[in-house]
Amino acid sequence: MTSQTIPAPLAIRGAAIRRGDRELWRGLDLDVAPGELVAVLGPSGSGKTTLLRAILGLQDLSEGSITALGQPVRGHGNRRIGYLPQARPLPAETSMRGRDLVALGIDGHRFGLPIPRRGDRARIDELIHAVGADGFADKPVGVLSGGEQQRLRVGQALAGDPRLLLCDEPLTSLDLANQQAVVGLIDAHRRTGAGVLLVTHDVNPVLEIVDRILYIANGQFTLGTPQEVLTTEVLSDLYGAPVYVLEAGGRLVVVGAPDAEQTAHHHHEHGEDEA
Amino acid sequence: MTLDDIGDAMFGGAAQYGEILALVSNSVWAGAILGLVGGLIGVFVMQRDMAFAVHGISELSFAGAAAALLIGMDVVAGSLVGSLLAAALIGWLGARARDRNSIIGVLMPFGLGLGILFLSLYNGRAAGRFSLLTGQIVSVQSAQLGWLAVICGIALLGLLLIWRPLRFDSLDPQSAAARGVPVVGVSFAFMLLLGLVVAVAVHIIGALLVMALVVTPAAAALRVTAGPVAVPVLAAVFGVVAAVGGILLAIMGTLPVSPYITTISFLIYLVCRIVGARRDRVTRARD
Repeated sequence: MTSQTIPAPLAIRGAAIRRGDRELWRGLDLDVAPGELVAVLGPSGSGKTTLLRAILGLQDLSEGSITALGQPVRGHGNRRIGYLPQARPLPAETSMRGRDLVALGIDGHRFGLPIPRRGDRARIDELIHAVGADGFADKPVGVLSGGEQQRLRVGQALAGDPRLLLCDEPLTSLDLANQQAVVGLIDAHRRTGAGVLLVTHDVNPVLEIVDRILYIANGQFTLGTPQEVLTTEVLSDLYGAPVYVLEAGGRLVVVGAPDAEQTAHHHHEHGEDEA
Repeated sequence: MTLDDIGDAMFGGAAQYGEILALVSNSVWAGAILGLVGGLIGVFVMQRDMAFAVHGISELSFAGAAAALLIGMDVVAGSLVGSLLAAALIGWLGARARDRNSIIGVLMPFGLGLGILFLSLYNGRAAGRFSLLTGQIVSVQSAQLGWLAVICGIALLGLLLIWRPLRFDSLDPQSAAARGVPVVGVSFAFMLLLGLVVAVAVHIIGALLVMALVVTPAAAALRVTAGPVAVPVLAAVFGVVAAVGGILLAIMGTLPVSPYITTISFLIYLVCRIVGARRDRVTRARD
């Protein structure tokens, strides 16, 4: 058990979520310990992003409870939790430099006249350095590559040194080198003792650093280490249909699952990147 | 019309310029404040991709002003009611971009039609009847000018107070919500502020030309810079130059103010585009 002084980053008990009149899932119990990285896998529409939204207080549970960083979830949004979204490319005409994207993590929520506080600038420089963005932090974000933008978003998410970090498909549409860079940053933050919950449709880029996997499919879960969960037997049982976990070239491929086609497609893209 | 006539229409009053300027000095001030606020709010209009919404709000603002004219109410109050109503409706029903565009597309002709109906029913002076559509600041009475300035001031203050959360929400609503920004409230507040600015702009350059002060200056600024301070400052400067420059040029003759403002605004944009394109080419060559 974790000690009394450091609250568990995340504790979910008997959680259920409805969307409209459909129940996405029920009876979810999940604990994330300090320094632990849990990946959330499952086909699209299984409620992975909804789970993150519930932890942030942006989506109500229909049953159960969530305790994040020692406090029950309430209200809308939580500044103590870090949040890393998908790498959507920013429009070319955006009135922001790289450092301004990072700065939003520090002052983006502040109302009142936009006057910087003392210490903000030093903290922003520190974050830019930590995510290796010194070289492009002063360029307009619109001209930066997807990978560079995503590094800056990591800086934004880590602005408050959050003890719980939620990542929603943080690697999608990044090339292999940038995927590795972002994975390295997430891993480095986890090593400072933060808990990480990472939603992804492709486990391969994070397989090395994952402690446990929560696999959601069919409104059911399986929770365990990658070796326990990513097997033909376990996943077939979860989907209620024959599903095969294959290993090819050091990568795991799930075949036969509803989003298997999508997964295969992504592997193809990676192959091209490596070439 | 001969060249002499055109010259007379443009510069006929040049000899009495000082006297005319003294008469319209309040209009110049009102134009300056509107140019400033219009440029600033335009930065967010561009970032949130809402140029079309500006146009939709201005047509309903025109309908409100025309209705006020018809029933003998204050015209500024009428335009304010129309534009706040439109802004609230678009903000409420059109949270998603695609919904928003269809709602605006539906509202806009309805508002314009209503306004034309009210103007046709109105039996007042025929002259200046369509000034709500094409604008004529120098004919606005000084009591109303005061109101226009106050409304602009409120919009400016409101915009500065929500500046950072609004910027966050405009760029990345998901992350903003995750970090506790009340995104629904901020978006709605922005729509109401936009409604205030548009209502003022209707009186100064006319409902059909509002975008020349609320969209063009910011679009021009975004062409030449990306700094978080440089863009709003430059947009505000462009807005003030267009509004004040337009009025100062127009009072030399008998032509309306609006074409001057729209032309200056457009020329600024053109220059910014050329400067931006040339710099892009230089940067690429250096890379």
